[in-house]
Amino acid sequence: MRFVFKTSYAQDLGLFRDGVQRNAYIALFLALLVLPRLVPEYLGDLSLVFIYGLCGVSLMVLAGYTGLVSLGHSAFLGIGAYAHVYFAQDLGVPWVVAVALAAAVTAAAGVLVGLPALRMTGVYLTIATLAFALIIQEVFTRWDRVTGGLKGKPVQKAVVFGLPLGHEVSFYFLCLAFLIAGLWLTSNLLRSPTGRAWVAIRDSEVAAQSMGVNLAVYKTMAFAYSAGLMGVAGALFAHKIGFLAPDIFSVLLSIQFLLMVAVGGLGSLHGAVYGAVFVAMLPVVISQARDAVPVWLGQVFAVFGREAGRAVFSLVDRFVKQPGLEPGIFGLILVLFILFEPLGVYGRWRKITLFFSTFPLYKHATFKRQKSYMRSERLR
Amino acid sequence: MTFFEAERLAINFGGIRALDGVSFRVDPGQVFTIIGPNGAGKTTIFNLVSRIYDPSDGRLTFRGEDITQVSPHEIPRRGIARTFQNIELFEHATVLQNVLLGRHAHRRSRFVEELLFLPRVRALELEHREAAEKVIDFLDLQRYRDSLIVNLPYGVRKVVEMARALCAEPKLLLLDEPSSGLSVEETEDMAFWIQDIRTLLGITVLMVEHDMSLVSAVSDRVLALNYGRAIALGTAREVQEHPDVIKAYLGG
Repeated sequence: MRFVFKTSYAQDLGLFRDGVQRNAYIALFLALLVLPRLVPEYLGDLSLVFIYGLCGVSLMVLAGYTGLVSLGHSAFLGIGAYAHVYFAQDLGVPWVVAVALAAAVTAAAGVLVGLPALRMTGVYLTIATLAFALIIQEVFTRWDRVTGGLKGKPVQKAVVFGLPLGHEVSFYFLCLAFLIAGLWLTSNLLRSPTGRAWVAIRDSEVAAQSMGVNLAVYKTMAFAYSAGLMGVAGALFAHKIGFLAPDIFSVLLSIQFLLMVAVGGLGSLHGAVYGAVFVAMLPVVISQARDAVPVWLGQVFAVFGREAGRAVFSLVDRFVKQPGLEPGIFGLILVLFILFEPLGVYGRWRKITLFFSTFPLYKHATFKRQKSYMRSERLR
Repeated sequence: MTFFEAERLAINFGGIRALDGVSFRVDPGQVFTIIGPNGAGKTTIFNLVSRIYDPSDGRLTFRGEDITQVSPHEIPRRGIARTFQNIELFEHATVLQNVLLGRHAHRRSRFVEELLFLPRVRALELEHREAAEKVIDFLDLQRYRDSLIVNLPYGVRKVVEMARALCAEPKLLLLDEPSSGLSVEETEDMAFWIQDIRTLLGITVLMVEHDMSLVSAVSDRVLALNYGRAIALGTAREVQEHPDVIKAYLGG
């Protein structure tokens, strides 16, 4: 086990725990730089991972750190996407400015949703944001002039500073840059008084208030910041999918984001990214497995004779080609996570690293906790 | 200038008059204790002072200013910090993070500066950290600095909550039953700390307490409440021997 020897208070303010951790992140960054060369066929999926990562960070700020669970994030993503495309294509605003404007518009929408949130707590807030998502989807459908309505709106390739980023590799790096920027800005906030105030609101509103946290201001701020990040993600998302239609931004997408932060691990930025990897890559893995598993099983059973192998192959093949298998597997994984690993992928990762660093002294009870995350709304 | 004064404080919860015209004043440097049977309205007074409740009637004055209408998050900025009877710590944060939140009333950085973590924010954070470390030293919490609250025993949590309140550098500290749930030794420690807070840090203490040994050990003035009314005011001994107080506790 490695102990960090601390000699100054400034050490606790760094982005990384110590040099070892910093080097690990540098290595990860370098790996991401060469990744497009190694797996060119997955570039599109990787860009989506980065965009979802940004969405995850956005929802993590709100749900994981401030304790305000929102089902309205598909609407924020949509507002960001439509606003960006409207500014960049219909009004001809430079790309970077269009992204900034999209973020601003979405943040403003976040403030609007945040204001009633000051009066609502827990599940009621979630219901209100759900209503918001449904309303906004309706607005996307009806507001033809800006959104193109049900006919949809084609999205051109991004042109950043006169540089066309049509190629998948350049778009990959664009998304990566935005994700890193989003992570950096968010971790800056989290190590400052603002982040502490958010966590305080999550854990005990009364205590936060009596320590001087203005609940109204900080909750609205969390909503605005989270929505603003979502707006940026929306702009990238628009380029990623290339065509905007209202039914893309359905509540199911919001649920997917929530799944992302829950599976990744609530209350950690790592979790947001792990969740994004999970949600964006799972369909890819499932579709690969769909083709591979029947063949593989067929080969295994072929030892009992060619006929048996072929029978098993067609049986399994018919099963995995059923429509609706994907959401089923998604749901199953979510249930398994909530049952066995409430702290998400990040929690599991920490357990594994601790197991090896303290081997053979790892105690199972180290991570035993009382019921966690949201406290009941007592003393209101 | 009066330091802290409550005048004819009253509050109704529906048909129940939880406080009925309670008046008292606290002088600087005092330890002022409020005692009384369950439901007498002690914690209600605290919630009125920290502005979680609005009084139906009466006035609160702190350092010459009327604070009856001040919003709750403004109270620590005026110099009043509090603890809670049922410990309201941030359980999934470390002791240090909890204590640092006590510095929130002294936040001077702006959102955009924090977003970019400018050098000024870094300098301010170091300042907050130093102030927090002083309190951690004062209350002997060094070895718990990086442990999560969920993993700490109850007695330590009580002290951490006091540390968080002290970090706000208050002029008036409200302690809601500092000894509830503590062992005899921990209660004795608590008495020493309250005395130290008064004499070494010069902070005035207003507390609600049941444990009469602690009350007698540290209090300068004691106010006894029953059914929302003040029934006795004086030194700990005077109040303890007051016939109305004995009646309130023992019946008759």
